[in-house]
Amino acid sequence: MQRGWFARRSPAERVTMDEMNDAWVKCNGCQQILFARDFERNLKVCPRCGHHHRLTARERIALLADPDTFVERDAEVVSADPLGFPEYADKLSKGRANSGLPEAMVSGTCTLSGIPIVLAVADFAFMGGSMGSAVGEKVARAMEYALEQRIPIVTCSTSGGARMQEGLLSLMQMAKTCAAAARLHEAGVPFISVLTDPTMAGVLASYASVGDVVIAEPGALIGFAGQRVAQQAQVVKPPPNFQTAEFQLEHGMVDIVVPRKELKHTLHRVLRFFTGG
Amino acid sequence: MRTVLDFEKPIAELDANIEALKRITAEQGIDKSDEIAALERDRERLLREIFKNLTPWDRTLLARHPQRPYTLDYIRVIFDDFIELHGDRQFGDDGAIIGGMAWLNEKPVMMIGQQKGRDLKERQRRNFGMAKPEGYRKALRLMHLAEKFGRPVITFVDTPAADPGVESESRGISEAIARNLREMIALKVPIVSVVIGEGGSGGALGIAVADRVLMQEYAIYSVIPPEGCAAILWRDPKRAPEAAEALKLTAHDALRFGVVDEVIEEPLGGAHRDPLAAAQIVKEALLRHLPPLQKMAVGKLRESRYERYRNIGVWQSGLE
Repeated sequence: MQRGWFARRSPAERVTMDEMNDAWVKCNGCQQILFARDFERNLKVCPRCGHHHRLTARERIALLADPDTFVERDAEVVSADPLGFPEYADKLSKGRANSGLPEAMVSGTCTLSGIPIVLAVADFAFMGGSMGSAVGEKVARAMEYALEQRIPIVTCSTSGGARMQEGLLSLMQMAKTCAAAARLHEAGVPFISVLTDPTMAGVLASYASVGDVVIAEPGALIGFAGQRVAQQAQVVKPPPNFQTAEFQLEHGMVDIVVPRKELKHTLHRVLRFFTGG
Repeated sequence: MRTVLDFEKPIAELDANIEALKRITAEQGIDKSDEIAALERDRERLLREIFKNLTPWDRTLLARHPQRPYTLDYIRVIFDDFIELHGDRQFGDDGAIIGGMAWLNEKPVMMIGQQKGRDLKERQRRNFGMAKPEGYRKALRLMHLAEKFGRPVITFVDTPAADPGVESESRGISEAIARNLREMIALKVPIVSVVIGEGGSGGALGIAVADRVLMQEYAIYSVIPPEGCAAILWRDPKRAPEAAEALKLTAHDALRFGVVDEVIEEPLGGAHRDPLAAAQIVKEALLRHLPPLQKMAVGKLRESRYERYRNIGVWQSGLE
């Protein structure tokens, strides 16, 4: 709805704080107030400082998939509460409300610049993108489908790690997803892992680290243990860029750090190496 | 110095009394055997009673008991011979994971296990059983060596976690664990893992992807330590006992979820009360599980290992 900013409004029509908040956003990097439309157009990357803000799974899919080509798979696989864990049912409801998704991962097929791929994308708004049984199952199924179709798979991670509320079952999803990745590895089906902010712990220590190519977004937090734990653990002082994409690149754990606006193009070039196009 | 857990105190008192009577018998030649036998009966009754009602937190404390037998203690009893092999051939040697050639009833196996330290000096050398990337890479190197010569792999799990420090991050602790998961699932020789103490999250799993996973009765296996879980849930690490309950980290829980295949009994009062007997029970379990796996064709072996992990998890189909 386009209206003049300075037009007189009745009290009921006055701009609410929510609407104000919709129009303006504050950059989490430089704290500058940005015009929301510019921010969105710039793929949620701050035009001033380049800080990459998190994308939802749907936004990430829109960024990477060619228009109208994404066909979701396994949407029915959702979390249960196998341990009867305290507050888990509530957290699942909140996660669903926050993300508008039934689960912390969306997977399916699409084309990327014309190349057919399987695409599996996590959403941080759903319980921090954590991996429980349902997410593990979706990743494994996505990989098995890529294997069956002999098409590359691209995963985009954003996760605090394994989902505590499913206990050991979550831990075992690390083995399950790596098992599926092992089959891709043996069959020579390309697997590209994109690490976005944040990719931590049980997700980084499983499928996200065994891609044929590992790509990270600038500034993304990528690491094994929470910073507090890491700092307590040893006398070695962490460098200022500790557990960032750039730190992981410097230490040989990531192949390329790619700005968001170049991500699709880079993925296309990488995929072409594998698919011979 | 011996550590006595709170719920072990009444037993420790009886232990002391029995010891004292035995000493009198030995030193003064006075026959106290009737009294000793009576106390020993009391002790056994008490042990049974206490150990029947252990909470998950009690079991956590038992799994971390400073007198609990560690990997090297088991190796000495279970195997005829052991040649420790060192180093990952890339960076260094990690004291928190040991590995080498071992002979189980004269049959060669590759033995790999996490190792905690008994005294302060050894604890530091072993980094409290928290392996660094070079530990996981050494383990993988030895597994590939076993694969090359068709030897089965046995791993013993006993770690609070993988090392979370800056150095480990710099050398790719996540990648090292992830690679092990991917490689172990595809290894062409049988793998049997035994959780002998603390099964601490990804740090444990990094050497525990196997055809058979066995777990001692008072070992724990968890996605996060109870203290960490309590800190996240209630911002209060002191509520760890409640978190231990919620996490379902006991051997019987792990069995119920299909994460382990068998719970290995421990001597009454826990492995630390009779390490030799504990080791014999573990040895018997290994001898029962390994031969059938060694008879399997490689393809079938790998297929069933894949299915084993592929099928772990509980989710639902659609929202209600």
